[in-house]
Amino acid sequence: MAKSSKTSAPEPKSTGGKTVKNDNSEVSAGLNGNGKIRCKSLVIDGTKYRTRLNKKFEDRKAWESPDPRKITSGIAGTVVKLFVKEGQEVSKGGQMLILEAMKMKNRIIFHTGGTVKKIYVREGEKIPRNFLMLELK
Amino acid sequence: MPLKRKIQELKKKREEVLKGGGDAAVEKQVAMGKMTARDRIISLLDKETFTEYDMFAEHEAKDFDMDKKTLAGDGVIIGTGSIYGASICIYAQDFTVAGGSLGNMHARKITKIMDHALKMKMPLIGINDSGGARIQEGVSSLAGYGEIFFRNTLSSGVIPQISVILGPCAGGAVYSPALTDFVFVVDKISKMFITGPEVIKTVLGEEISMEDLGGARVHSEITGNAHFYASSEAECIEQIKKLISFIPWSNLRKAKKFPPKEPSADYQIEDIVPGDPKQPYDVRNVIRAIVDDSDFFEVQELWAENMVIGFGRMGGETIGFVCNQPLVLAGVLDVDSSDKAARFIRFCDAFNIPIVTLVDLPGYLPGVDQEHAGVIRHGAKVLYAYSEATVQKMTVILRKAYGGGYIAMGSRHLRADFVFAWPGAEIAVMGPEGAANIIFRKEIASAEDPEKVRKQKIKEYKDKFANPYVAAAKGYIDSVIEPKETRKILLHAIEVSENKAVYLPKKKHGIPPF
Repeated sequence: MAKSSKTSAPEPKSTGGKTVKNDNSEVSAGLNGNGKIRCKSLVIDGTKYRTRLNKKFEDRKAWESPDPRKITSGIAGTVVKLFVKEGQEVSKGGQMLILEAMKMKNRIIFHTGGTVKKIYVREGEKIPRNFLMLELK
Repeated sequence: MPLKRKIQELKKKREEVLKGGGDAAVEKQVAMGKMTARDRIISLLDKETFTEYDMFAEHEAKDFDMDKKTLAGDGVIIGTGSIYGASICIYAQDFTVAGGSLGNMHARKITKIMDHALKMKMPLIGINDSGGARIQEGVSSLAGYGEIFFRNTLSSGVIPQISVILGPCAGGAVYSPALTDFVFVVDKISKMFITGPEVIKTVLGEEISMEDLGGARVHSEITGNAHFYASSEAECIEQIKKLISFIPWSNLRKAKKFPPKEPSADYQIEDIVPGDPKQPYDVRNVIRAIVDDSDFFEVQELWAENMVIGFGRMGGETIGFVCNQPLVLAGVLDVDSSDKAARFIRFCDAFNIPIVTLVDLPGYLPGVDQEHAGVIRHGAKVLYAYSEATVQKMTVILRKAYGGGYIAMGSRHLRADFVFAWPGAEIAVMGPEGAANIIFRKEIASAEDPEKVRKQKIKEYKDKFANPYVAAAKGYIDSVIEPKETRKILLHAIEVSENKAVYLPKKKHGIPPF
């Protein structure tokens, strides 16, 4: 049940929010009151509905604002070359690394300047999509 | 040579082809829990109705020693027959012959039967069990797929097209099923994907089994690519037969009428829907309470369960049902349920199947994930599909019909022919709690006891708007009915709208928000 508290949004202040409560009591939803089905609550426009939730809904991740200093991979692939070191000053437009994906050598460049705080990938490493590759200070 | 001997020769030739890929290959097929292509056709069709064509087709490939190989029927069986008396065209790929791989002749056989189906206005059933393109034939194989996809598209909305996945169906091959109307899958046997586990492993380093990547459950529960899930081939065949009994043979006909039958007394319509709009129930029981013999044949049962779609009969006539399911996610519209409903509505409209919509939803599912997944364009498909459909459209509002959800779910404004509402229906921009919070925000905030005022204002709003009579007064609802009157009034509505004729503006085609 920790999962639903993690994924649920805070209590709605306005009417547009939604919360998933951890109550797991049973309600009768079967034919003529037969067949008990485990229900949870889903809040829409301030009204709390008793209902089952599906996997897709329960597995959804809470939204996080993107941090421009954390650079993630846009596609899965292999890091074939790294152009920078930790602590190095970099400028906008500078080369960061080459990510080979779908038989293409993609040149990844910095969109902002700064100092390289940490590099999370090594040359030759296969990484999935949305993988944190590098962090700027 | 006397004729007798020539007949003997023919028989011998036939026997050769009937062996398929030979005993060893057939044994292997059976060991995998699969039927042979020919057995599949025979068990699906009415007894002794299958007539085969192009039995002696041979490939013309020369490269890679292909000229030394003969492949029985080039790995595919095509023909005509009937299911419950309905004439159909069918093809079945034979995995025992070169892995059912698709070469030029194999594709030409398939397209021949497809052309026949379209010309003669018969449903087309394709049984897919193939390793994919026959690599030895190169671009000729790709051309073959293209010719199949083109015909799938031409036939769309003219004849029903059914795809049965009884083996691997990978790469380009998956696009033929995707272009057809209904896809059947069987547990542990069906596998569909664009790029297989091997490619994913080499390119991305991710390891996944075929079953987890594109097995029957994945396509029934997660992707929505499949419409019917069975645990065995035998069950799958029964499902196909049942579907054929519900749908018309082409867009020029109506579905075959059956003798009408009353619903089972087990389904007491007044006991199914709780009065409190916040409590769930299974909308399928409402359907069963109004359809003939309480027989509801659900489509895409395991995917986007917050929307229920499927076929039932009323007065012997096939009806397509589109219903919110309060049991799951309170019956909201979201990306997947919108896609599910919209496509089904278009199928019903194309094939002259009247649509009954049962409404009970709080609106659209809020959330960043939904907005970013494009709930705007997906949700728009429902509006498009209902507006465009010229078949008879009947809507019953069982309980809640809030906001955009009210408009989308077969409302009068999208040209439903009949809109009925139960006395407990609440037709409003949103639920009373949300509405009161907005309208009376100032009063609530400045009150000495905000909670008390909030409750009072919610009650005020509820009394005034949470009913069907405001909409009824404006003529948006034709009649407020008792639940037990539902079947009778729908039967009447179907009968009186039998000769419905609507003409849309002339155009090449619309541009639905695909």
